[in-house]
Amino acid sequence: MSITYLEAIREAQARALADDPRVFIYGQDVGAFGGAFKATKNLMKEYPGRVLDATLSEDAMVGLAVGAAIEGMRPIVEMQFADFSTVGLNQIVNQAATLFWRTQVPCPIVVRLPSGGTSGGGPFHSQSLESVYAYWPGLVVLTPATVEDAYSMLLEAIALDDPVIFCEHKLLYYHLKAERLPTEALPIGKARIARQGRDLTIVAYSAMVHEALAAAEELAPEGSQIEVVDLRSVRPLDTDTVVASVARTGRLLCVGEAWPWGGVTAEVIARVASEGFGLFDAPPQRLNAKDTPIPFHPHLWAAHRPTARSIAAAARKLLRQ
Amino acid sequence: MPPMVPNVAGQTTDSRPSSLRDPFTKAFRWMLLARTLDDKLASLYRAGKIHGGVFLGRGHEALAAAVGLALRPGDVYAPLIRDLAGRLAFGEPVLDVVRTFMGSALGPMRGRDGNVHRGRPRESLLPMISHLGAMISVVNGVLFARRMRNLSGFVGTTTIGDGGTSTGAFHEALNQAAVEKLPLVLIVANNLYAYSTPTARQFVCRDLADKAIGYGVASHELDGTDLAACLEVVGRAVSRARDGHGPQMVVARLLRLCGHGEHDDASYVDPRLRQSPVGQDCLKLAEQSLLDCGWAEVRQIESWREEAAQEIEAAVAQVQREPTPDPFAEDWRALSSRHLADVYPEP
Repeated sequence: MSITYLEAIREAQARALADDPRVFIYGQDVGAFGGAFKATKNLMKEYPGRVLDATLSEDAMVGLAVGAAIEGMRPIVEMQFADFSTVGLNQIVNQAATLFWRTQVPCPIVVRLPSGGTSGGGPFHSQSLESVYAYWPGLVVLTPATVEDAYSMLLEAIALDDPVIFCEHKLLYYHLKAERLPTEALPIGKARIARQGRDLTIVAYSAMVHEALAAAEELAPEGSQIEVVDLRSVRPLDTDTVVASVARTGRLLCVGEAWPWGGVTAEVIARVASEGFGLFDAPPQRLNAKDTPIPFHPHLWAAHRPTARSIAAAARKLLRQ
Repeated sequence: MPPMVPNVAGQTTDSRPSSLRDPFTKAFRWMLLARTLDDKLASLYRAGKIHGGVFLGRGHEALAAAVGLALRPGDVYAPLIRDLAGRLAFGEPVLDVVRTFMGSALGPMRGRDGNVHRGRPRESLLPMISHLGAMISVVNGVLFARRMRNLSGFVGTTTIGDGGTSTGAFHEALNQAAVEKLPLVLIVANNLYAYSTPTARQFVCRDLADKAIGYGVASHELDGTDLAACLEVVGRAVSRARDGHGPQMVVARLLRLCGHGEHDDASYVDPRLRQSPVGQDCLKLAEQSLLDCGWAEVRQIESWREEAAQEIEAAVAQVQREPTPDPFAEDWRALSSRHLADVYPEP
């Protein structure tokens, strides 16, 4: 028996629906169809009246979820693709993210964003928007890289009293498998050492954790021991775990699939530089997607995003400094 | 206020039904309280006692009061900037208004948000954000959740202006309410200007009420200067929604009798509009009706006005002695899960 990343997301939602009558799912095609990616497959049948097709209206979808949360419910909004969530951006960042601070009434909503690039996705079905959402105070932004985290972090997100942007990576949906669902997990806000090493720290999250691990594997025969930190959550950001890792290795490479201007990788470097400047044996580096919209053609797409090969090349350069 | 011609007691020069007396009088008193409070807020603003903007509801009182009175405890209300009379009639305390405008730490927003951005979500009075149209789907959400919990008999109401009907959020949310058959009453206050932009630059359909047709939503048109019409039409729309006939849209035509905010002299308003029927002051018209119908005497109205002024003066006097928010005592965390707030060390 094995379970995929996508099935873990479905199972987490099924369990939340079973355990908590306040939970419901609202999104385009999530009902009888089971969602564009089948993350809600059969859930409408199992939980009638609680898995509902939404109009093609991302703004109103999030607005409705906020209203329902005020009324004590725990809505899960599925965006069909992370890219379309920008149509609902206003409700997320101005309504959901400000509600608790303004009124002391919490806003327990989860907005699921099928994120990141897949071959052939193109400019409007491939975006990674975690940095955008992490910018606004009042949101929690999660970026699970493993089947176990997809399950446990989604359950924790639904139980949380604050609005959560849940960035699930489409490339991991079908390929990533685990033997079973986890029974215990690290809490939200704690990063994980995905691989131990003493020469260089690679900080990554979401699908880039796997590229970083493959790069570390590639560098091992060359005698370089790479430590990989999986951030798990980009807001809050577990600076302590990253600083502790850099204290061991002296070198930092931050990898993100999002665009280079600002963002998670810049934030990590800014924090480590500020809190642990003396730990660096070489200038910290970061590797992001190229600074253009995301291309459709597989040849272009493969070069647009960081890969194990480009990460390994960047790591080699940094190791020589 | 110009002096009113006293009416001969008992002589009715207006043919309004006597059943209207009670609601009309109640609404008038909320309108009067709102206008008096607005006047006080304007004075405080000019005296430099209010930080940020002051946005008044002059000219919108009849419509707003009718909405507030049509709602019951347990209904949902997300007022817009010119709905002071509706808020008061719905149950918002005068103290909440004054505290929020004056930035008292004891107000519902505790200095974190100001002026018209106030509410008590736990009491179904939702605080508006500035992005127009955004509250409609939030009201939908409250209604949607209540229906999921098998509650019934409630309605939700929010207001939008003529400018707000041009937003995507308005379209998405009204359509959503129609698809979900929610008991939403959407009040459109067409006051002929969105800030300075006249309606000719906003839409070209005959009337905003026609927009409802496209969504399959019932619509009602009314003269927003006429309190009796507001009470009747808003009351009917709210009853229809409450009785399960789906969302209702009420479009009122009126004129804002002040600037967009107190910083604005509204010099862009066509002076002919001010002289036309739509430019009449709903409060003065209602007062005249009370006198004409013999429902109140001048002395009575003067005592209501005095009562309103006293309540407001007392509130202002109290709030002026209240603490302002303390930046050193402030909890600078935007999450309710405090342990998940990011910590940024001071340099």
